[in-house]
Amino acid sequence: MGKKTAWIFFLCPSFTGVLIFVICPFADVVRRSFLTAMTGQFVGIENYRMIFQNTAFRTAVRNTVLFTFFCIPLMVALGLAIALALSEIRHIRFVKSLYLFPMAMPTAAIAIVWKMLFYEQGFFNKYLLQAAGGGNTQRAPADYLGTGAAFFLLAATYIWKNLGYTIVLWLAGIMGINEEMLEAAKVDGAGRVQRLIYILLPGLRGSMYTIVVLSFLNSFKIYREAYLVAGAYPHESIYMLQHLFNNWFVNLDLDKMAAAAVVCGAVFAAGIWLLQKGWGSDE
Amino acid sequence: MSEKRNKCKWNESKYVHTAAGILKVYLSEAVLLLPALLVCIPVLILLTGSVMGRGELAGYLRPVLGEAEGYISWKLMPDYPTFENYKRLLLETPQFFVLFWNSIGMVAAILFGHLAIGVPAAWAFAAYEFPFRKWLLTVYVVLMLLPFQVTMLSSYLVLNGMGLMNTQKAVVLPAVFSTFPVFVCYGGFRQIPKEMLDSARIDGAGEALIFIRFALPLGKGGILSALVLGFLEYWNLMEQPLAFLEDKALWPLSLYLPEISWQQAGYAFAASVITLIPAVFVFLAGQDHLEKGIVYAGLKG
Repeated sequence: MGKKTAWIFFLCPSFTGVLIFVICPFADVVRRSFLTAMTGQFVGIENYRMIFQNTAFRTAVRNTVLFTFFCIPLMVALGLAIALALSEIRHIRFVKSLYLFPMAMPTAAIAIVWKMLFYEQGFFNKYLLQAAGGGNTQRAPADYLGTGAAFFLLAATYIWKNLGYTIVLWLAGIMGINEEMLEAAKVDGAGRVQRLIYILLPGLRGSMYTIVVLSFLNSFKIYREAYLVAGAYPHESIYMLQHLFNNWFVNLDLDKMAAAAVVCGAVFAAGIWLLQKGWGSDE
Repeated sequence: MSEKRNKCKWNESKYVHTAAGILKVYLSEAVLLLPALLVCIPVLILLTGSVMGRGELAGYLRPVLGEAEGYISWKLMPDYPTFENYKRLLLETPQFFVLFWNSIGMVAAILFGHLAIGVPAAWAFAAYEFPFRKWLLTVYVVLMLLPFQVTMLSSYLVLNGMGLMNTQKAVVLPAVFSTFPVFVCYGGFRQIPKEMLDSARIDGAGEALIFIRFALPLGKGGILSALVLGFLEYWNLMEQPLAFLEDKALWPLSLYLPEISWQQAGYAFAASVITLIPAVFVFLAGQDHLEKGIVYAGLKG
């Protein structure tokens, strides 16, 4: 085994597995997306037409896009603000572990506590009413998981759970900033805000790409909490692509699933490629 | 990571030595701690709930069960603390044990697979030049980022074709070939200077020896990071077993908790705490690696 060929031995098991379990079957899914599920007849783009006319698919796409565009900028900004503040204080390690801790919370345990907090007769309503003076009992308390508020609740859960992850990534970026440049700017009389805008933020462009991509990856896992708290058919505002795929799978709507998987896969791959081109090109 | 390396001098306060400066530092620490403490409330609720007697718990939760007016209430210190819930869960619920060991078994098998298959793959990417290397790396990144739902149908097709549906292999095998650990380990391996490997080659070391003597010890950080992140991910496994395992006796612990009804809330709390313990243990023992892993996963190819 020489230097020229050794990589084959190291890579082969992994790549074979990836081929067998992901790439080849996905190619089969692409083929199936042009066939009917039952008879296997070629129907051209009929399956694609069907999913785009499907209201459930449209709702799910809209909610997923809304969730992504609502959560990710918020998370990226909040993470940066906290990371900048953290880089100044003492006991940084302790505070950071507090933010990271929700990562270790089992999803199912979160679901139980969430139910206690946000059900119609849960803590949140209780204290909200107390805060409102207690006299205002006419206003019917909401079951947060059964209304449009579920969307924001889910968004908050996502941020709660993943904020530590984002902070660690930002901190790594901040630590990688060239210190001499910061010193020089300081000597030249650049203030705190100026240093932030002209040196720190441009230097963090590469980190930003990473954080956006990984936040997106994690945002899909919010389905776990959504499913455990609200089941397979939650309030319309949090009915996402993940629910739809799962329900199609349960009902064996495999042709629709194939077409939707191809569309989503293509959109993700294109999105990642575009982000890498536009943003990550400086490395 | 040491305290020192965590600090960046982008905004070194020049007034730390004045009274106002010290006050400011304390203030910003307090503000940062506030939301962090919110994190601990759910844990506190779980802990107290798990040591409450059945009667007491039912009294507090009655409004949620729809049996009473008013709102839920809670006490941070139970009136009659008891380990009854734990006792019944651990000694009188065999199902819980089965699922607990299911979880342990599946996580162990997956992590072992990552070590045996993912780690060498990461080394191939980090240490060697070969045709289509960049291209393959991009494929691995895209696969790492694809959500489970997109690949759900393709996984089903192949698992069904192999006759693995409704066996634990259906959950373990696809997870073993996840490209996420490859990427995390790759981040660690990239830190090893290539010159060191070349001089070992001149001294006559073969490629296998280099992998064992240099890659594994020097890339240990990345490998441990992948294991810590992997544990936290697969301990919470939900989508895959829900889709591929029909037989509830094969389920992992993460799917057991939602099966418990509110009437048995005490169980649910005790089970949550027990589920939490391994995760917290891994978290505390591996926090440094966890942070490194998060950073490594973010490195670009």
